[in-house]
Amino acid sequence: MSDELLVSTRKGLFTIERCGSGWEIAKVDFLADNVTLALSDKRSGKRYAALDHGHFGVKVHRSTADGWEEIPTPTYPEKPEGLEENDMWGRPLPWSTVRIWSLVAGGPDEPGVLWCGTLPGGLFRSRDDGQSWQFVRSLWDHPSRKMWSGGGADLPGIHSICVDPRNSRHVSIAVSTGGIWHTSDSGETWTQRGHGMRAEYMPAEQAHEPNVQDVHCLAQCRQAPQRMWVQHHNGIFVSSDEGHNFTEITNAKPSAFGFPVVVHPREPDTAWFVPEIKDEKRIPVDGKLVVSCTRDGGKTFKTLSNGLPQSHAYDVVYRHALAIDETGDRLAMGSTTGGLWVSEDQGESWACVSHTLPPVYAVQFA
Amino acid sequence: MARVVFTPNIQRHVACPEAEAAGATVREVLDAVFASNPLARSYVLDDQSALRRHMTIFIDGVMIRDRKGLGDTVGENATIYVFQALSGG
Repeated sequence: MSDELLVSTRKGLFTIERCGSGWEIAKVDFLADNVTLALSDKRSGKRYAALDHGHFGVKVHRSTADGWEEIPTPTYPEKPEGLEENDMWGRPLPWSTVRIWSLVAGGPDEPGVLWCGTLPGGLFRSRDDGQSWQFVRSLWDHPSRKMWSGGGADLPGIHSICVDPRNSRHVSIAVSTGGIWHTSDSGETWTQRGHGMRAEYMPAEQAHEPNVQDVHCLAQCRQAPQRMWVQHHNGIFVSSDEGHNFTEITNAKPSAFGFPVVVHPREPDTAWFVPEIKDEKRIPVDGKLVVSCTRDGGKTFKTLSNGLPQSHAYDVVYRHALAIDETGDRLAMGSTTGGLWVSEDQGESWACVSHTLPPVYAVQFA
Repeated sequence: MARVVFTPNIQRHVACPEAEAAGATVREVLDAVFASNPLARSYVLDDQSALRRHMTIFIDGVMIRDRKGLGDTVGENATIYVFQALSGG
């Protein structure tokens, strides 16, 4: 059970600790800087923070015994002379790390391994706790990668990375927009998965093409890894075969739109979502911030609102801003309007830690 | 030798003291400066070694034109200002 939270915000990295019966802000690092993502690597005890300095670019910092140190940022290889590759807007695709959109630890049997997904769609792997990064060329050079488009940003990006708890060489990633991809050999080769999803924003003949799916978030159950959940741009999808095929959940209440999903580590049928009015509005239904939970694989949903603002709440919870701890009992979420809540009873009730934080991008139990 | 002056705003993230370096182009001068201050390089240049999107460079008060190749010529006693552009801020 984790008593500590890392909260990445537009204006710094906040460490939240459980004190007595409540949760309090214990520390702020990188105050005033844009911290887009953080990682607590439980294997090594090291922590990582991805910063976006705007003019000065994306940087990565790693914790030390008494603070932080800057470590190399994943860097794209030299773009071949004369190569013309444009983004969906007809502009030259930057071979440059525009944003770090996912940062996860490898398996327990491969200490030092980190995976990092970026905009504009490049994947990186480190074998030495981020001291150096290898560009996963096999995925970048895959012909289908060039079909990826912008979704959550103008450029395509890898936002979800799931390392199979049974075999660390098996890794699934999700792309906005580019669907779900899988490697069974630590990134040497890649195959498209995620069949069965539906993209209602595409022409009918393209709607079921796996490579156009705008997956907002992909989550894999730790104890039952064959179970994967997807919060998609236009719905919720569930897989029982390691992400090969998905079935749409059509009765999600109060809405099927949202960004994050987390799954209980031992109960594959139990997952949580933060529903919003669908894409053209992106605000909580009726101004009430709620979490929805299914405990039967998506057959029914329970709306959880105890402790959450139920009047004129316009919080959006981004894809990395809903977290679950390793016990499955504690959840935490942060919002674009600076709210942060923790639940110790699987979402049945929530306690507000703050409603005046900077916009929250990511939340993780340390 | 050209004199290279960095924006004060960058100093909060990485030390970029004023420097002197030889070179016939902006690229040559910056390569020399970053050789002795490698951490600063990625704050100014992107993965393809082009000038970052919202950065700008002036040579004796004139904004450079070759943001990708950094081929603008540098006079013997020029002053190079490495600033952030107002855009993006």
